[in-house]
Amino acid sequence: MSAPLLAIEGLTKRFGGLTAVKELTMHVEAGSISSLIGPNGAGKSTVFNVITGIYVPTAGDIKLGGASIVGRKPHQVAAAGIMRTFQNIRLFAFMTVLENVMVGEQTRMHATPLDSALRTPRAQREERAVSERALELLDFVGLSAQSEQWARNLPYGMQRRLEIARALAPNPRVLLLDEPAAGANPVEKRELMALVRAIRDRGVTVVLIEHDMKLVMGISDRVTVLDYGEKISEGDPQSVRRDPRVIEAYLGKGA
Amino acid sequence: MDARVRLPLGLGEVAVWQALGLLAIVALFALYPVIDRNIGHVSAVADAGYFLLLVFGLNIVVGFAGLLDLGYAAFFAIGAYTYAMVASTQFNLHLNFWPMLIGSACVAALFGVILGFPTLRLRGDYLAIVTLGFGEIVPQVFLNLDKYTGGPNGISNVDQPVFFGHAFGFNPVPYYYLYLVVALISLVLLNNLRRSRLGRAWMAIREDELAATHMGVNPVTTKLLAFAMGASFAGLAGCIYAAKLTLISPDEFNFSVSVTILSAIVLGGMGSLLGAFIGGLLLALLNFMVLPQVTNWTHALGTALHNEAIQNADLHYIIYGLILVLVMLFRPEGLISNASRRAELHHGQPATSAAAAGVE
Repeated sequence: MSAPLLAIEGLTKRFGGLTAVKELTMHVEAGSISSLIGPNGAGKSTVFNVITGIYVPTAGDIKLGGASIVGRKPHQVAAAGIMRTFQNIRLFAFMTVLENVMVGEQTRMHATPLDSALRTPRAQREERAVSERALELLDFVGLSAQSEQWARNLPYGMQRRLEIARALAPNPRVLLLDEPAAGANPVEKRELMALVRAIRDRGVTVVLIEHDMKLVMGISDRVTVLDYGEKISEGDPQSVRRDPRVIEAYLGKGA
Repeated sequence: MDARVRLPLGLGEVAVWQALGLLAIVALFALYPVIDRNIGHVSAVADAGYFLLLVFGLNIVVGFAGLLDLGYAAFFAIGAYTYAMVASTQFNLHLNFWPMLIGSACVAALFGVILGFPTLRLRGDYLAIVTLGFGEIVPQVFLNLDKYTGGPNGISNVDQPVFFGHAFGFNPVPYYYLYLVVALISLVLLNNLRRSRLGRAWMAIREDELAATHMGVNPVTTKLLAFAMGASFAGLAGCIYAAKLTLISPDEFNFSVSVTILSAIVLGGMGSLLGAFIGGLLLALLNFMVLPQVTNWTHALGTALHNEAIQNADLHYIIYGLILVLVMLFRPEGLISNASRRAELHHGQPATSAAAAGVE
């Protein structure tokens, strides 16, 4: 087996006396779809927040393509190729849909403030290329008709897809999706599954946190289950589904 | 569909009537000193120039990047004192005005970074308090460093610009054109910046700083650039202001200046460049031309009625305050604004993503 693209090794995160994540090891293969599941408060979002640099881990290491990214700031993690969405959608409300995606392309751009102020040919060329790419991504998630609207005016489902397009903008190596199906109806969930597969087919490795088991079992190559910050099970969807510890964590001890 | 034309300098595409209107406005400004031969009026409109530059600069910080700065007049003071100290009898330095125009902007920008660094983690109310303090400290420093700044008397006999052998003197017309040229160039540059990598980074920080950093926006450089570029406009304005007035003192840069600049931005429509321009121009003309006239009228009325109370009444700031209150009551989104913000402020719909605070 080749080296994993994203390797979480013995990750521990403590907040004072509370251990949110305890000695988690998780390997994500390039080109795969992995899921992180677990009951509420299991520490899933904390894992994402540590990966993306909001929190510094108490112990352990996170490697992207073999290089440690621990200690990097969120914008440096983004530049390294890890982009994310948020559990509670965080778009730039008073910017257009297109501008939202273009913000995502920051790390690919080279225009200096002087270039931009003077609109040098170089800056104009880059600006054109970036907006074309953003439009292509909007088309990919099915929002090309809304490109000039304010992000806040989009209905909920479209806001979720816009957040995904924005995260895809710099062509990341890894995309972290934090509960992308929250609040979605069955039709939207099916569309989302197709979208996640299409993202994987573009060469982006996907890690998702999700509560909807049908969705998780339907698209994941590998599932990791957290409970109280500890990994209690890991494997392909079928084996995880049958794991007694997983059933116990979700349903409580059988009577 | 009406015909559209493409404007030069990256100003975008507008309908023909809009382009013609824009041309007429620029022509009106260009010809104003020729049309109105009243030197007092031209001087007042020229003074609107420095105010407009201040509004442009603060609009970067507050309007684009969403960093509430209540001490912006400090940078205006720094720009004015920078030029006055090196181009007057104070130290008998008499440096040339034109390079110092850039020099003052750079010094102000440097102080923008100095203010920016310790406040990087602050937002909203907290940032407002720190900048308020900065705005109070700077004039106090100029007041008390009397060895260098002339203390409460300030610096007099500031050198006036000379343009290819043509001395500006006390004639407001050349200052008027200098402000006009600088303001027009600023408008074009700012309009370009607004729709660029940096402009989008500023707005993203304003809308949701945490999300912005996760999208690859470096919050440190982005905010420092906002503070520095915002301050540089105040430096420019201060330099021309000192040269036109030839006399500056610390009490001209107090809190009310910062607040007036901020109210021009709110009046015009937060974040909108056109709004900043119109808000700044309206407030400046109101304060420099229209309202001083009101005081003359009340004085004349009081004299005619032999009523000392009316004679001494200064209605200037009462009317000014009343106008601000009325605008905020009936047009809280400002004079120029987008439709969605109008809807929010008039119908009280909560913002969606930007309001969600904290990370789980």
